Amino acid sequence: MAKALLVALWLITAVCLCLFWFHPWWLPALASEQGAPIDRQFKLTFILVGVAFLLAQTALGFLVWKYRTLPSTTSGRQFADNKKAEIFWTVLTSLLFITFAWTGARSWSQSHAAHTTADAKRPVDIEVTGMQFAWYFRYPGRDQVFGRSRPQLQDASSGSAAAIGLDMSDPASHDDFVTTTLVVPINRNVRLTLRAQDVIHSFFVPELRFKQDAVPGIAIPVVFTPDRQGNFEIVCASLCGLGHYRMRAAMKVVSEAEYEDWMAKHASQPAGVHP
Amino acid sequence: MNPVAASAASASRPMNTESTRFLTRYVFSRDHKIVGLQYFFLALAAALVGMFLSLLMRIHIVWPTAKIFGIGNIAPESYLALVTMHATFMVFFVLTLAPQNAFGSYFLPLQIGAPRMAFPKVNMASFWLAFVSFLVMLAAFFVEGGAPISGWTHYAPLSAIPSAGPGEGLGMDLWLVSIAIFCIASCIGAVNFIVTTIKFRAPGMTWMRLPLPCWAWFVTAFLILSAFSVLLAAAAMLFMDRHFGASFFEPSGLMVAGQMVQHQGGSPLLWQHLFWFFGHPEVYIAILPGMGVTSHLLSTFARKPVFGYRAMVYATIAIGVLGFGIWGHHMFTSGMNPHAAFAFSNLTLAIGVPSAVKVFNWLGTLWGGRLRFTTPMLFSIGFVSLFITGGLTGPILAQPALDSYLHDTYFVVAHLHLIMGMAAVFAIFAATYFWFPRMFHRMMSEKSGRIHFWFSFLGAYATFVPMHLLGMAGHPRRYSQLTEVNYLHKLMPLQMFISIAAFVTMAGQFFFLINLFWSIFRGKPSNPNPWEATTLEWEALPQGRDIQRGAYEFGRDDMGRDYLPQAGLLQLKSTIKN
Repeated sequence: MAKALLVALWLITAVCLCLFWFHPWWLPALASEQGAPIDRQFKLTFILVGVAFLLAQTALGFLVWKYRTLPSTTSGRQFADNKKAEIFWTVLTSLLFITFAWTGARSWSQSHAAHTTADAKRPVDIEVTGMQFAWYFRYPGRDQVFGRSRPQLQDASSGSAAAIGLDMSDPASHDDFVTTTLVVPINRNVRLTLRAQDVIHSFFVPELRFKQDAVPGIAIPVVFTPDRQGNFEIVCASLCGLGHYRMRAAMKVVSEAEYEDWMAKHASQPAGVHP
Repeated sequence: MNPVAASAASASRPMNTESTRFLTRYVFSRDHKIVGLQYFFLALAAALVGMFLSLLMRIHIVWPTAKIFGIGNIAPESYLALVTMHATFMVFFVLTLAPQNAFGSYFLPLQIGAPRMAFPKVNMASFWLAFVSFLVMLAAFFVEGGAPISGWTHYAPLSAIPSAGPGEGLGMDLWLVSIAIFCIASCIGAVNFIVTTIKFRAPGMTWMRLPLPCWAWFVTAFLILSAFSVLLAAAAMLFMDRHFGASFFEPSGLMVAGQMVQHQGGSPLLWQHLFWFFGHPEVYIAILPGMGVTSHLLSTFARKPVFGYRAMVYATIAIGVLGFGIWGHHMFTSGMNPHAAFAFSNLTLAIGVPSAVKVFNWLGTLWGGRLRFTTPMLFSIGFVSLFITGGLTGPILAQPALDSYLHDTYFVVAHLHLIMGMAAVFAIFAATYFWFPRMFHRMMSEKSGRIHFWFSFLGAYATFVPMHLLGMAGHPRRYSQLTEVNYLHKLMPLQMFISIAAFVTMAGQFFFLINLFWSIFRGKPSNPNPWEATTLEWEALPQGRDIQRGAYEFGRDDMGRDYLPQAGLLQLKSTIKN
């Protein structure tokens, strides 16, 4: 039995480490500036955790095998209390956890910072509204100001602008437009303001390395700087009802020129239905 | 007269005549041993229900169009009801009841040398309330709309507004009523544990001689008292929001299912704070007794004292205290102020230290031992291995930057199932195999036990390790169908592997079930102390004994003895003389 446990524990350890080392399934390719510190932190953390995992499981397997009952074994009673050993491993684990706390705090700060050098211009402001079971994206238009929206005017059945309850009696609303695809320019700071209309949703794009809940009654800002063109999927990560699994939208990261064209096209047909 | 002496006197009288009647003896029993068994079988029933629900979930994920015999096809909303109820049964009725109430009610009084629990009627009431709560919870499946779909965490407003989804009507009400009853049952039970431990220890059973399971039950009782009272308040508030026009958790301007909702001024985050103020200590409620049992069993079967007994006690208390300061790590992405994440992250990492100390001490206990590979020992070794694996993903999730990617993905599902699910369940299995001879005076089959261990141990790893990879690839949890999101398609083979591993693991549990029931009636009769353990529950006369030493006096080669029981023989003689 001791040998079986040793083999099982070491084999499990080896298989787990191989899975994480070769990781056939893993983080998708990064697409934002703010994701870089997170990926570095993932790497550091997995290495440290992996070493701890290897040592602990290997030791467990070894001890179980080594101290299987042999007729000649004498009692190991003398190793029942050992101040030095206890202080040693308490300090050792404390240092490990302080490392996690320190580097983890740094990556959290970095992942929240807008990218300052790449973009001297003001950030691209977009309002994101989650509702059962769709995402809507509102752009403020030429005036850079979001018009008023009122819940009383919401009507999901008659299109994008009505879905978020855009109030056309506010002049700032006239050039606002609402889409079902999130289009953002590359290498600009994008500031999303997340809102929810009914229940809690969560905005998650794996390539951006963050998710942020959209909570009814709160406007939550997030900033990111996309640095790779392409099409990405936005999914809902917080259980929001029976259609949770199909609450998805597309995100397009395009070049600055493409973005300007796209803006011009949409701004010319204000407040209508925009795909 | 001190309570111990008084109760010892009453216990020495013959059983009351009324206790001989079946109803009072086995049904509405005040005997802590019967109550413990009642809790055990209630938890077992709940575990079977919970396991069956997870079987349906795993079938649905990989074969969404399959028609299941007697149930038919599982709709997306039914899948979410399965998710909700699987967690509810497992977390409340298995992981809370089995380690604490079942084994605690049975063995806390025996291990501390008390003749009974401090409040036997409260003990009985606590069980029957939990039983009623279980029935109410089951009823949620059969009402209009079915069981709630908002997950066991029931984030408002989804859980607060009946029109937000099927099951959020009467099913959700029944959930809240059931949990409110459960909270009351748990709180009164916890008071009983605390008073019993403080007032009913046998003479000489000092705090530092207490067996480690007793320390764990004692600390856990404080956690239950503080955590479940908050959950009770939260459930009452949510119920008031739903029915009495209160607005604790809903802001104004909600538009649900095309209708304006008449609420204003509440905050959805308040629910999360209240829920996780309960929910995080609940993790420790589930695992602390398991840690105590594991320490106890590793020592018993290594024939060696627990390494660093004092450190174990302090670590248990430290985990209990720190456990109340870290609920916010469930809310890094909730919209809570990002600065708060620093505090919650640091405290969460801090709790890793006493947890790691425990692991080191378990390894230290094995070091130099003379190991006996009985089935309970196998499950205890399995516990340590699973605790290491599940625990080490803790410092990953404790970092807000990494959690903001991993939160609400299968990575979290893997983490919690290994550390809270599998590890705690392994401790429950270990405790069952270990204490079975004391409970039924028969032995369970070692052969079936070993088969059960290997199915469970390899099965737990095969099922939950791949889930980490799903999470790393960004697979959100609680998705009833994987067809809509494109990047999930390539993860399907992994999901298939997990389902098959889960089916095999579940099949392996029949070795336990059959072994359990067969051994109750047909098992090999056991001698009074089959494991050569030191603690009082194995004594023929556990009450009224003077305790002479700590609980882990194994390997006394210096005295020519393999183990020294806590109650000495000399004392027995003097009792007889008196």
